[in-house]
Amino acid sequence: MDSELIPRGVKRCPLGQFSLWIGIVGVVLLWGVYAMFLCWFKGLNQTNMNDSYGFALWIWADLAVIALGGGAFFTGFLRYIVGKDELKNIINYAVLIGFICYSSALLILAIDVGQPLRAWHIFWHANVHSMLTEVAFCLSCYFGVLTIEYIPLVLENRQIDKVPFFHNLGHNMHEIMAVFAATGAFLSFFHQGSLGGVAGVLFGRPFGYREGVLVWPWTFFLFTWSAAACGPCFTILITKITEVITGKKLVKDNVIDLLAKISGWMLATYIIAKIIDTWYWAVVTAPSMGFTLMEFYSNNPFYGIWILFLEIVLGGIVPAGILITQKGRSSSFALWTAVILAVIGVSVNRWVMVLQVMAVPVLPFETWPMYLPSWQEVATTILPVAYGIILIMLSHRYLPIFPQEQELNP
Amino acid sequence: MFPFSFEWVWDAGHMVFHGGLWYALGIIGLGMTYCIGKAVLDTLEGKGGHHD
Repeated sequence: MDSELIPRGVKRCPLGQFSLWIGIVGVVLLWGVYAMFLCWFKGLNQTNMNDSYGFALWIWADLAVIALGGGAFFTGFLRYIVGKDELKNIINYAVLIGFICYSSALLILAIDVGQPLRAWHIFWHANVHSMLTEVAFCLSCYFGVLTIEYIPLVLENRQIDKVPFFHNLGHNMHEIMAVFAATGAFLSFFHQGSLGGVAGVLFGRPFGYREGVLVWPWTFFLFTWSAAACGPCFTILITKITEVITGKKLVKDNVIDLLAKISGWMLATYIIAKIIDTWYWAVVTAPSMGFTLMEFYSNNPFYGIWILFLEIVLGGIVPAGILITQKGRSSSFALWTAVILAVIGVSVNRWVMVLQVMAVPVLPFETWPMYLPSWQEVATTILPVAYGIILIMLSHRYLPIFPQEQELNP
Repeated sequence: MFPFSFEWVWDAGHMVFHGGLWYALGIIGLGMTYCIGKAVLDTLEGKGGHHD
């Protein structure tokens, strides 16, 4: 039965071994589900969130996975709109990773809102002056787009494809995928940006506040830019990890090289813009509001100036420098280092713009509040990781995710 | 929210936000309707029946 579902011409591990690993990851998943139900039934008192950390581990994880899932929209944009045909060999995996990231983000939000049954209120009673309304609209619609992009992959399963209707449906969806990809790019541009805009419009929080164009602070554009730059790095990283685990080459080097090169130039231009933004904020914006740069990075046990160095230098300049050079991309060690650092860089950026921005004292009598997430928060944040691993395992086993696998592993 | 809802106001905010939402939902809905409809017609014509 199982072998009938596996794509033709590829080898997979025995069902017993596969089931064992699903079971191990499934235990972690169940731990997260248990914590999730605790939060739903007992409420947000299960968390260590407080007035200074209303945006806590969950919202950081949300923003981080949305940025890392940006590989789907940007790779889709390059493949279908720009016409980079080589990327057809990695677009399936980018879509899968994006689907996992966005469904995870929605899952975390469903826990965070406390009463998920009222989530529809944001659509029906929308506050049209809120960046987060736009995020909710675009996030939901884009998850729909990702689902539409993922469905044809499922329909390509050997047994499902035998059903004429499903075969025709998958074929038709492939035919107009460029329309969905363009819609996805449009939606992603706005929700990635609006997530950055949330911090940028906080004029009462000088750590996050930025000037900008019309209603859009600079952080709006920086968030979209960084997601487009670092999302593909995450796609490359997960592809490389999958290759190590399966012991097979799954995507040709020229495909990885192209994506890494584009990602590198996006990251290089982003980090230049980010440095200019940080410099202007440090010498003009923050002082105009009565703050010096070091006030944001001192007198607390956690948020030192190292976090700025980690985000911009290690997580930005270094990976960009590696990825824009042919020598850097062709070295396996350097490529691994670059994509890992880029992923860390964008995750630290989201951490800073979600947590540090709300924790920085703004009044003379305030002190730095600290925060340590509860085990329920940690478990529910690990839950999407376990879910993602299981979905990748199932998709890799039963769906033709990697078009070059057969050729690379005869 | 729709224009006939009591909360609706004919201002730029509502038109831009909800216009964008309906635009995206419209493309998704029309796109999927086209795909499913064409798949039904293709299947009735006997296409896609010789795959393993």
